[in-house]
Amino acid sequence: MPGILVALIGIIVLALGYRYYSKFVAEKIYRLDPDYVTPAHRYKDGVDFVPTNKFVLWGHHFTSVAGAAPIMGPAVALYWGWLPAFIWVILGTVFAAGVHDFGTLVVSVRNKGQSIGTLANRLIGQRAKILFLFIILILLLMVNAVFTWVIANLFIQYPSSVLPVFIQIPIAIWIGYAVYKGNRKMLGPSIIGLVVMYATAIITSRVDFLQIDLVGYFGGEGSTGLFGLGAVSSAFLIWIIILMGYVYFASTLPVWKLLQPRDFINSHQLVVGLAILYLGLLFLNPEMTAPVTNSNPDTSWFPLLFITIACGAISGFHGLVSSGTSSKQLNKETDARFVGYFGAVGEGILALISIIAAGTFFANSDAFFATYGSFTEANGAGLDVFVVGAANLASGIAIPPDIATTIVSIIVVSFAATSLDTSVRLLRYIIGELGIEYKVPALSKKHVATSVAVVSSAALVLLPQGPNGFGSGGYLIWPLFGTSNQLLAGISLLLISIWLKRQGRNYAITLIPMIFLMFMTLYAMFQQVFFEWAWYGTESDMLLFVLGAIIFVFAVWIVLTAFNVLTKKYDNPIDND
Amino acid sequence: MLEHVKKLIQFYDEVLSMPHRQEIARELRDEDDLFLLLLYSEMIGIPNPIYYYTLELYPYMIENFHDWHLRMGMDKSPLTGIRCC
Repeated sequence: MPGILVALIGIIVLALGYRYYSKFVAEKIYRLDPDYVTPAHRYKDGVDFVPTNKFVLWGHHFTSVAGAAPIMGPAVALYWGWLPAFIWVILGTVFAAGVHDFGTLVVSVRNKGQSIGTLANRLIGQRAKILFLFIILILLLMVNAVFTWVIANLFIQYPSSVLPVFIQIPIAIWIGYAVYKGNRKMLGPSIIGLVVMYATAIITSRVDFLQIDLVGYFGGEGSTGLFGLGAVSSAFLIWIIILMGYVYFASTLPVWKLLQPRDFINSHQLVVGLAILYLGLLFLNPEMTAPVTNSNPDTSWFPLLFITIACGAISGFHGLVSSGTSSKQLNKETDARFVGYFGAVGEGILALISIIAAGTFFANSDAFFATYGSFTEANGAGLDVFVVGAANLASGIAIPPDIATTIVSIIVVSFAATSLDTSVRLLRYIIGELGIEYKVPALSKKHVATSVAVVSSAALVLLPQGPNGFGSGGYLIWPLFGTSNQLLAGISLLLISIWLKRQGRNYAITLIPMIFLMFMTLYAMFQQVFFEWAWYGTESDMLLFVLGAIIFVFAVWIVLTAFNVLTKKYDNPIDND
Repeated sequence: MLEHVKKLIQFYDEVLSMPHRQEIARELRDEDDLFLLLLYSEMIGIPNPIYYYTLELYPYMIENFHDWHLRMGMDKSPLTGIRCC
């Protein structure tokens, strides 16, 4: 089947979902009111509450939620064939993610622009808020661990991407100074930064000695490196230490010095990446060479598929963005449909191209199974397959394969690095908040909290014994990351259901995806925690067992609370403000 | 055509600048809050050697003061001398 046809079918279904289903949800379920005074107008302060044009807000919302996750998940899930991944991305976006992102936005707008965590406290109770805080804490730890490993892995696989990524740091610092001290606009300097980065990429792709190949420096894959470790493990260790050092400084410096200008340069890359991939697809017109379904997998697609692809089908993280920031900037309530639902559609389109890029790369089925031999191998190889697959598509617009590979790996590293920066910063705030809550004032100090965040993230990458030995904990953590992300989405859907119920409306459209998600998450967790990671399991790992067990208990707790709250009789309808 | 391209660039710039502008506005507001705290420090028991001079700023600060106490989580003005709401 041609890749273009797959993309076309996907885009048509997503467009129909937006055109009809979201319209039905907006009019009949959420009942958007164009005259409702949104928090952006009511509490206008020029900082958090700013009425914003819906197209601008959509752009901001989309760039906030699009990252490395919707690329990585589908590329791993290709293991079960491209059709299951495709169906879950399309239907998940239309019936779950769209409703979830849209719903969190509406509920937050109707409640003074409060975040989901605060709303959980109001609608469910104090316990829910603490639970929420812990789930977010674990989720952020996962993000740090997974993305640190992702970046280290890409640096090792594609040494030509190291220098362009690192050259971004001095450029970003220069832009920071130029913009804020010289009072200039950021667009021009950031595009110059991007051009310099890609020019460096072209040079490093062709000049061998500019490629920072740590494995090569140790004498190749078979040789011994540091502390008796293998060359690859040593390279992982060095990159992880460097990355952790970098995020420590990046998240403790004032934002305008490094993070903001870096973010700005990276924002362009989303546009560049999508343009390269979809134009390449159009001109190259490749066939889907990955099998439609994998008839003999060693790990069943049920329920793992729904955990492996989180971002791109439905993701709890989006609810945090919808309710924390976008809801405070919504100009009219009716704009919520475009910003929330269409934001989810954008993410679905990104996941769709990830499936196509990875699925059109192989010469034939045998080549596919040589790479995707087992689910564990798929976890490790998924991202690399996306990079080479995307580079293959880029050849459709006449970019040489070696340069395209470097540029695509830079784009993925940049996405992952942005998520990493943000999540370390958020983790610091949450550790500080917990420190104040539980009377440990030292934890609220900036450097103490950051140290705790960085050290615990590093431990999570280095301690679990992955299939690649030292430093490959990321292989194992991905399903756990998906699980905690889906749990968060489950809680958000539950909150929307409670809100709809107390408004006296039909809440089936949010309750059904919630039950589906919770069932899949609990089932997957139960399998992994008690049959794989436990001390008597097939892949015993105490760290993952403890983390997994905590998340499992949380999930059961949420289901019981949900049942309790949804079966309760309320005398008074909930007041919205 | 050129007009459309200009509009598109402007839109793109606006999308990317939004969170950054917000961050800067937040930094400035935090500085302002600190300044207001200094201004009203005498009323919450922190000695202020230039109290007589800051007192003269009050008429100009009432609008800001109202926003400030709302942000600080107080629905009504905490100071009897200033009746902004």
